[in-house]
Amino acid sequence: MSDASERSLSLSKGRSSTSSDRMLPPTSPRGVGNLRGEDRFPVAARRTLADTQLRRNLGKATTTIRAKRAQVVAELPDWEQLREAGRQLKVHTMAHLPDYLAQLESAVIARGGVVHWARDANEANAIVIDLVRAKGVDEVVKVKSMATQEIGLNEALEQEGIAALETDLAELIVQLGHDKPSHILVPAIHRNRAEIREIFLREMADADPALTDEPVALAGAARQHLRRKFLSAKVAISGANFGIAETGTLGVVESEGNGRMCLTMPDTLITIMGIEKLVPRWQDLEVFLQLLPRSSTGERMNPYTSMWTGVTPGDGPQEFHLILLDNGRTAVLADAEGRDALNCIRCSACLNVCPVYERTGGHAYGSVYPGPIGAILSPQLTGIEDNASLPYASSLCGACYDVCPVKINIPEILVHLRAKHTETYAAEHRVPSAEASALAAAAWVMSDRKRWTYALRSGRLGRILGRKRDAIGEVPLPLVKQWTDARDFARPPKQTFRDWWAAEHGGDR
Amino acid sequence: MNAREEVLARIAAAHSAAPPPDLPYEEISREYRTTSDSAIETLTELLIDRLVDYRALVRQCSADDLDGTIAEAVSDRGAHTVVVPTGLDSSWTAGLSGSVLTDGLSADYQRTISELDSVDGVITGCAVAIAETGTLILDSSPGQGRRVLTLIPDYHLCVVFADQIVADVPQALVRLEATRPLTMISGPSATSDIELNRVEGVHGPRTLEVIIVSPSTGSGHIQRSS
Repeated sequence: MSDASERSLSLSKGRSSTSSDRMLPPTSPRGVGNLRGEDRFPVAARRTLADTQLRRNLGKATTTIRAKRAQVVAELPDWEQLREAGRQLKVHTMAHLPDYLAQLESAVIARGGVVHWARDANEANAIVIDLVRAKGVDEVVKVKSMATQEIGLNEALEQEGIAALETDLAELIVQLGHDKPSHILVPAIHRNRAEIREIFLREMADADPALTDEPVALAGAARQHLRRKFLSAKVAISGANFGIAETGTLGVVESEGNGRMCLTMPDTLITIMGIEKLVPRWQDLEVFLQLLPRSSTGERMNPYTSMWTGVTPGDGPQEFHLILLDNGRTAVLADAEGRDALNCIRCSACLNVCPVYERTGGHAYGSVYPGPIGAILSPQLTGIEDNASLPYASSLCGACYDVCPVKINIPEILVHLRAKHTETYAAEHRVPSAEASALAAAAWVMSDRKRWTYALRSGRLGRILGRKRDAIGEVPLPLVKQWTDARDFARPPKQTFRDWWAAEHGGDR
Repeated sequence: MNAREEVLARIAAAHSAAPPPDLPYEEISREYRTTSDSAIETLTELLIDRLVDYRALVRQCSADDLDGTIAEAVSDRGAHTVVVPTGLDSSWTAGLSGSVLTDGLSADYQRTISELDSVDGVITGCAVAIAETGTLILDSSPGQGRRVLTLIPDYHLCVVFADQIVADVPQALVRLEATRPLTMISGPSATSDIELNRVEGVHGPRTLEVIIVSPSTGSGHIQRSS
């Protein structure tokens, strides 16, 4: 129960930005990939909140999936024990990463695979481009993969004249709609059936003009559209849900069969896996194969899971490349209080329960990792300065922690990152932040009874501001605006409590 | 430094800046269930319940009636041409009236993709079935075939013997060899990408039918635990 006692003691606690920082692993590079948004969260959120269609779609989808998850989780009497095992497996793995990576590498090589290492997004993209070029093709099929989204692989391939065809239905909807994914699991969660039908009719040359907006018909259209591509594809690119160090086995968990198509039909398979996706031993999958499907789609088991080890003569791709990706993960590992973000198994349960995500949607977060997990993962992968607003994109209600299958204490890491951001800001600016100045002023006022009483009375001035809708919204003053542009205040009462008490009970001030 | 050395050096630097907790593998908490004493009849009922929930078709028969049950299923489906993997018990398909193609594991005896695309269905066995999750696991051994075999045809008929049914995921993994190509199948292919409505049948077989074979007549009441 006492999670605090289970957490490691950090020897680096209080580490300031001194010369030792130069020794620390670098974050993911700028200018490549999809970890950084164009706008700060409050600005982007304001925009998405104004989209009523989006809010309806999201509200409906998250409500449905929350109920499904709760039902299948309740079926397992040992759910909490599974979560704890999952958490400990991840903590153990992160502490022994070099050994497990080396073990995985030799197991894959022993079974006929080729292992590549990529320091960052640019290096991973370059490796893929070289491999695809060597095959002489200009089109590849892709299994939905967060890692490839993160490094902007499709964009990098496109620049080289290689078309990357997304084969997951939701990814296809996003790709055809020239859109961005907004959810880890259901990237097109922001689209409803009518919008999807329009996109298909507009973008699919082979779509039947009589296509209806029934989900069955839409899925059928995607099946028809992709089938010819699958049957003739030469190179496929995938991510991996798990990499088992002991055996060199990789696993992809999916629903539609597009994963199976990509993993078995082409001659060449290229898999990109973050270095944190390791699982020590085969039997350990018994934990994650119970935790993941129930947490993500709310199913007892997802329709298809494929597992392969290197190359198998006569079955599936005869050439297999595994790319092990860092791209800022080792920088996360260097923060004792933040590194549990690496334990994430990408189930997206935290998105579905988050009151902020449910209203703003995924695009507001700017990164491919949205929602609560994105708010702690993205700023750590990029460095806090590039995603400084994300740790504040939360009410700290803790629902994300409750549903996390590997018990990542997301609220605690959010608070840690807020502190880190404040410290970074203070170290870099000689003028204190608005918040720091306000708190210093408050300390002066509150340290004297007279000053405090006057200050409280002056709060009544706020009544002027809140006249229109009985609440105070954005206040267009320097300093104050920063605080109020994302927060509403109740309009202050006519009388302070102290004045009321004095009036009711007489004199003693 | 090459990329491999550098990534490993970065991990070492991260670990020295923030030493990780000492949690040996053997001490990882494993308080969850890994055994079950449910009788095979209970597990069979649970498996059927889960399969039906995924909208798979289910038939039950005794070992003596397997060929007849397969013939009936194939005929009800209206399938004329089916493909089977090498190693499949030939008596299973003895009752079929249509043509039966065989697909080998070695490249010389394999059907082309377009052949697989034109057959009406595929019949296979499996390695193990998980009752709690309604999952069939194929490991490409004889009678199960290479992975594409159960992917391209639109109808998959899978035979499960009672002694292949286990209670839950942990018991299933113990029975499997990780390095074989493995496919776990829980119902027909599906998507929930459109407004989170489950739609069966995207790229894999749109119909999954399962025949659960109980031991031959007379031994039906033997209780076994997994």
